[in-house]
Amino acid sequence: MLKLNNLHVSVDGTEILKGIDLSINPGEVHAIMGPNGSGKSTLASVLAGREEYEITDGEISYSGTDLTELDAETRAREGIFLAFQYPVEIPGVSNTYFLRSALNAIRDHRGETPLDAMDFLSLVKEKAKIVKLDEKLLKRPVNEGFSGGEKKRNEIFHMAVLEPKLAILDETDSGLDIDALRIVAEGVNALRSDDRSFVLITHYQRLLNYIVPDFVHVLMDGKIVRSGGRELALQLEDQGYDWLEKEPVAAAV
Amino acid sequence: MSTATTAASFVDGLNAGIGSISGESEDVLNLRLEGSRVFTSTGVPTSKKEDWRFTNLKGLASTPHELAGPATADISPWRIADSHRLVFANGRYSAELSDVGELPEGVTISPLAVALSGGVERAAFALGKGVDLTNHPFAALNTANFLDGAFIHLSRGAIVKKPIHLIFVTVGIDRPTWSAPRTMISADSTSQATIVEHYVGTGGETLTVPVTEFHLAPGANIKHVRLQEESRESRHIALQTSRQGRDSRLESVALNVGAALARTNIDAELGAPGAHASLDGLYLVEDTQHTDTQIKVRHAAPHCTSHELYKGILDGKSRAVFNGRIVVDPGAQKTDAIQSNRNLLLSAGALVNSNPQLEILADDVRCTHGSTVGRLDEEAVFYLRSRGIGRATAESLLTYAFAAEIVQQITVSEIRERMERHLVERLPQGELAREAF
Repeated sequence: MLKLNNLHVSVDGTEILKGIDLSINPGEVHAIMGPNGSGKSTLASVLAGREEYEITDGEISYSGTDLTELDAETRAREGIFLAFQYPVEIPGVSNTYFLRSALNAIRDHRGETPLDAMDFLSLVKEKAKIVKLDEKLLKRPVNEGFSGGEKKRNEIFHMAVLEPKLAILDETDSGLDIDALRIVAEGVNALRSDDRSFVLITHYQRLLNYIVPDFVHVLMDGKIVRSGGRELALQLEDQGYDWLEKEPVAAAV
Repeated sequence: MSTATTAASFVDGLNAGIGSISGESEDVLNLRLEGSRVFTSTGVPTSKKEDWRFTNLKGLASTPHELAGPATADISPWRIADSHRLVFANGRYSAELSDVGELPEGVTISPLAVALSGGVERAAFALGKGVDLTNHPFAALNTANFLDGAFIHLSRGAIVKKPIHLIFVTVGIDRPTWSAPRTMISADSTSQATIVEHYVGTGGETLTVPVTEFHLAPGANIKHVRLQEESRESRHIALQTSRQGRDSRLESVALNVGAALARTNIDAELGAPGAHASLDGLYLVEDTQHTDTQIKVRHAAPHCTSHELYKGILDGKSRAVFNGRIVVDPGAQKTDAIQSNRNLLLSAGALVNSNPQLEILADDVRCTHGSTVGRLDEEAVFYLRSRGIGRATAESLLTYAFAAEIVQQITVSEIRERMERHLVERLPQGELAREAF
């Protein structure tokens, strides 16, 4: 589904990602962990199509096409979803309207007819339950006045409505208390399926107690220095990241 | 060249208004003479004058304008179905287009000329009170020359449920013309009404110099919308003044969409404790349009509140000037005043001069002011795009949302929808954005 080959990325002339190789198959959940400043969020942004990131070398292929040829909205319509680390407040635009525009843009891209207001409303009500999102937040402007936890839940709610093929969660766990974390994780687990893949970007192992990944990769200084199964995350929790710096670089799976 | 020459050569028909209303009182006559004297001595202001620094009237001063004659127009695009309507064409009352309908007891809605010619004494009594002619040369020009305009009087406790719709239509001809409508709104204690002051045009090089006066007695509650959508060749130079008694409320929204050059001065005075004025506005300009808003709010008594939120959306090579002044008199303690001017630039060629000012002579007050000029938030645009919404739609949606904070305050649905239509027309994918609200 997604294949990164020797990906090098710079921002304002500074190289952040220094040769990433990664392969994600349908239905897999990959966790990308690493210390602050290792390039985790850069990776998420590049995949979502943020334009200020320059790909200086390497390739990204998504479902067999060159992802770098597609702008951000086309990527979204092709099934890529980014849950933001810092969801943006959009004063004046209601959450429901925003989502309906997004969903209908995606449906239009797939050659489907737009959902009418009634059908859409029953859809969002059903999906809001998955992340226990207060229905009042549907009518409010997007993220405006939402608590930190509500913003993160709203991201997962958007994901549930838009049903992406590849969902990238950028530090969705940060700033969440344990109850909110559980709700978010349950939301993600409910959406796991054989044809949907996830990239979980996180600083902490904690999230992985609730969303069990198939693979864990450790990103340090712009490179994947170690890949393994879930046990790698537990080892990181025990020992931190320092021991990896001392050991020779392992090949990525 | 003396300024007096400028004044005389630019308007033909100066002092035409003097004595034009049969039976107008000596007070009114004296007011007109004063207006004439002021305008003749100041003339068309040049950009050397501080408050005209960014608005250049050279083109106006060098173009002779003749007094606009009687005219009629098709007002159907602007009509509000269920309202008390007065229509003025080129500053002259049109009985044929007006439809005041049935009024609640104690309410007068009539042409000002009728009120001044002896019908209503109070009109003459308050007219011009609080209008600073010296600092507003075009108000002086209006005072000397107005032929007619609207007169609204609400007696004690009167409540008008339907909106009062005042349409001022400017009908141009093949030569430059000018007109000077004068409106006087007098609300006695605890009266209530919603008033729409609506300036429209049919085309041609025209100059409109309206003056509108609000006199609010204690407890009066007036909602006001001022929609200026004159034709694109026109100039519109207006003054709105308000004087408010104890616990009165004036909620005014000004929408500036039309005209090549629009200048609106608002002088608001809060003269007794508990008075509240909210003076919000939106200007929506493109191409080479120039819009200039000058607001002075004077807190002359303690415990008054004022709120100003002005938003601007500029495209093309348009230009906006915003000059907001809050003056707090000595002794006006517990004043609560907020002023904010926010501008959204949609093009590289647009320009804003925003200058909020505070003059505070009391020590126990809460006054805030601020202004911003910027483009759409790229992070917000990216957020929308990352969910599948195309760039043009995302930008329109965010622009529409920016305006919505002002537009949604308008309680008269036809006027709100008109304004929404202006927004939709200016934005790519505007129809889509509109559905959001």
